[in-house]
Amino acid sequence: MLSRVADAIYWMSRYIERAENLARFMDVTFNLMLDLPQSHQNAWAPLVYTTGDHEYFREKYGDANQSSVIEFLAFDQDYPGSIRSCVKFARENARSVRETISSEMWEQLNLFYYMVREASANDRIKASPLDFFQEIKQASHLFKGITDATMSRGEGWNFSRLGRLLERADKTSRILDVKYYLLLPTVHDVGSPTDDLQWQAVLRSVSAMEMYSKQFHAITPSKVAQFLILDRHFPRAINYSVTGVEHALHAISGTPMDTFRNSAEQRVGQLRSELAYTTVDDVIQQGLHEFLDLLQTKLNKIGSAVHETFIAVKPVDTSVQSQENGYQRQSIFVR
Amino acid sequence: MNPVLASVPDVALSFAEYQTEGFHDELFLADQTPRPEAGPIIQRINSLPPGELMRRQAAAERLLLQLGITFNVYGDNQGAERIFPFDIIPRIVPAHEWEWLERGLKQRIQALNLFINDIYHDQHIIKDGVIPAEILLDAKSYREQCHGINPPHGIWCHVTGTDLVRGGDGQVYVLEDNLRCPSGVSYVLQNRSIMKRTFPQVFDLSRVRPVGDYPLRLLRTLEHLSPRDVANPRVVVLTPGVFNSAYYEHSFLAQQMGVELVEGRDLVVAGEKLYMRTTSGLEQVDVIYRRIDDDFLDPKAFRADSMLGVEGLMNVYRAGRVALANAPGTGVADDKVIYAYVPKIIKYYLNEEAIIPNVPTYICENEDERAYVLDHLDELVVKAANESGGYGMLVGPHSTREQQAQFAELIKANPRNYIAQPTLSLSRVPTICGDHFEGRHVDLRPYILYGKEIFVLPGGLTRVALRKGSLVVNSSQGGGSKDTWVIATNQEQLTPQSATP
Repeated sequence: MLSRVADAIYWMSRYIERAENLARFMDVTFNLMLDLPQSHQNAWAPLVYTTGDHEYFREKYGDANQSSVIEFLAFDQDYPGSIRSCVKFARENARSVRETISSEMWEQLNLFYYMVREASANDRIKASPLDFFQEIKQASHLFKGITDATMSRGEGWNFSRLGRLLERADKTSRILDVKYYLLLPTVHDVGSPTDDLQWQAVLRSVSAMEMYSKQFHAITPSKVAQFLILDRHFPRAINYSVTGVEHALHAISGTPMDTFRNSAEQRVGQLRSELAYTTVDDVIQQGLHEFLDLLQTKLNKIGSAVHETFIAVKPVDTSVQSQENGYQRQSIFVR
Repeated sequence: MNPVLASVPDVALSFAEYQTEGFHDELFLADQTPRPEAGPIIQRINSLPPGELMRRQAAAERLLLQLGITFNVYGDNQGAERIFPFDIIPRIVPAHEWEWLERGLKQRIQALNLFINDIYHDQHIIKDGVIPAEILLDAKSYREQCHGINPPHGIWCHVTGTDLVRGGDGQVYVLEDNLRCPSGVSYVLQNRSIMKRTFPQVFDLSRVRPVGDYPLRLLRTLEHLSPRDVANPRVVVLTPGVFNSAYYEHSFLAQQMGVELVEGRDLVVAGEKLYMRTTSGLEQVDVIYRRIDDDFLDPKAFRADSMLGVEGLMNVYRAGRVALANAPGTGVADDKVIYAYVPKIIKYYLNEEAIIPNVPTYICENEDERAYVLDHLDELVVKAANESGGYGMLVGPHSTREQQAQFAELIKANPRNYIAQPTLSLSRVPTICGDHFEGRHVDLRPYILYGKEIFVLPGGLTRVALRKGSLVVNSSQGGGSKDTWVIATNQEQLTPQSATP
């Protein structure tokens, strides 16, 4: 497969997953705000802060409130980190590899793009965006389902899986990190009834509430962390996603599992075994935030290794702007 | 969710009021009765319930957008894509006329190939005084770098689209040859698949010949060129990239042929061979169907500032280790002045009269003809020799005195660069205009493949000038398209339409 094509498929999937996670992020904040007492802090401000683009935000929007943050993260067409931009980038990547992906994938992504574009011009949707977030999630699921149902399990499909799961591992860690930080402002809040509601909202944001409940019957921050980081069977858990990344990489190269032939395989193998042999107590002891921070660095390094191994085939053409450098900054949760 | 789903009024469109207004109409005779081959579709449309035709037209447009069958608009930084407007009333070509056109097109491409080969070798045609040497040397698309090259099987032009028009006299003329990278064939195939969804019942009745095997025939034509004698030579389509106006077509053809769509940056020359960069290293490429101009193919051989091509490609090509379709230098034959000489070219190489005539053409380089042109600017169409897409044109009857004076200066300053033709009254086809039908002017671009044998696709792109009275059909100038139905002869065995993508 052409390196450029592999790169475009990989980013197409990353951007779709990113758009979905943005919707999840706003959805959970929206729900949290409904549950929080009137006097409680503004949960929208940290969302802007975590993008690292708060200066751009302040200049363009001023105060962070529900409508300004949603405008910024969902619909801003000048901001490369918005849902609208992510879907546009995904579609542009898809357009550049239309001959490789299935027509059904292209059509769904094309409709997805028009749906977001039309919503951007619709004040009714903006005033009541929960349905819109739902539609984004649905469109993303539909795209993934169509991909799985129409694409041969070859390189293209594996690059798509790789991009999606790497992005998902990163975003689940950021959702957990930011909410943990937000929900535990002081020690005496722990264990209060609002706390339970809020952790439920976090779990719901990654569609994990029901699966979590089957496993654990009470909500505690450390159990939530355990589920979202270490679970082997829940598809949005970090451990599950990283394992999927490893499988995709080995399927692409044909390298047997538990060995490696390139730095991407080495790095993901190290991370996967680390997750496999870590308990949530180890994580808490290390500090959840510190653990997640380090994890994100490792995921970024896997991303760079993927690029070096498969995309930047020598001799490298310097006129080609790598998306890795060009777009990584847009990652909304980068601090 | 549907982007262009607008409510459609329940208007009953019928041909009862349709007028040919003295123009040659492709579907109706002068007495307003349908031509025989148009009977079934006219009857079908007349019998549709109110609103149905408009609904089908709207559905066709929606489908085009949903499928992303669009072209890019240059100079629009919103990344605007537009659908190429499509009208569901087809243009119909009767069997006997097509049989004649096919012979004429084969004759023309054969002679033009002999001409190009001669031009890049001994130039007999110039030595014999048939074409003046200056005209050749001044042709912008003449490529000195191609001198002495022997492309596989001696064929230079493998894929061509020849623009045809019908004048008020009912005669079909060749308007121009497109021998470089003729575009539009993807619309022919997609228009057809949309028409089959729109009027499934009429196809059998009308005996429409299928067009869906074009991509496979194109692939066979390309594989035929492979310098390596291997079972599955690697063929690729070379595109300038997603920002090119014809990008959709490039990706469509690659997809339909099942080959890679590459950009210049995907290719690299190493050790006299051409490779593409893949996730598992470099892989050799045998044949390139290139959709970028000569100038951008190789910064070493042509334009040094080209970012689109591949450095060293021409060396590999000269060494016969990769094939290019069409061959570089082919464009020399679609210079608009050379065009004027095509009937002589056919006579010279084939010793035959041209089957399809040229539009009468005045060559401004010739003093007498120039004088005539300058005196009659208000009735002629003046064209710059090296422009395309409807640019650099003066349409005399629709121009102002000022524009005419401006063109007079341009012609005097550089007579070699201009030709002029009488304004033809192009034939028309009924077209949906709001809540009724009106005649709109059309041309026709059939596609011809030159491989082991010459193949003319039975159909072609019918472009339609959507503005009332306009003669300009280019997509870049607001034109649209129609499906072209070539009718089968009685003997012909039709292959099933379902073979179309």
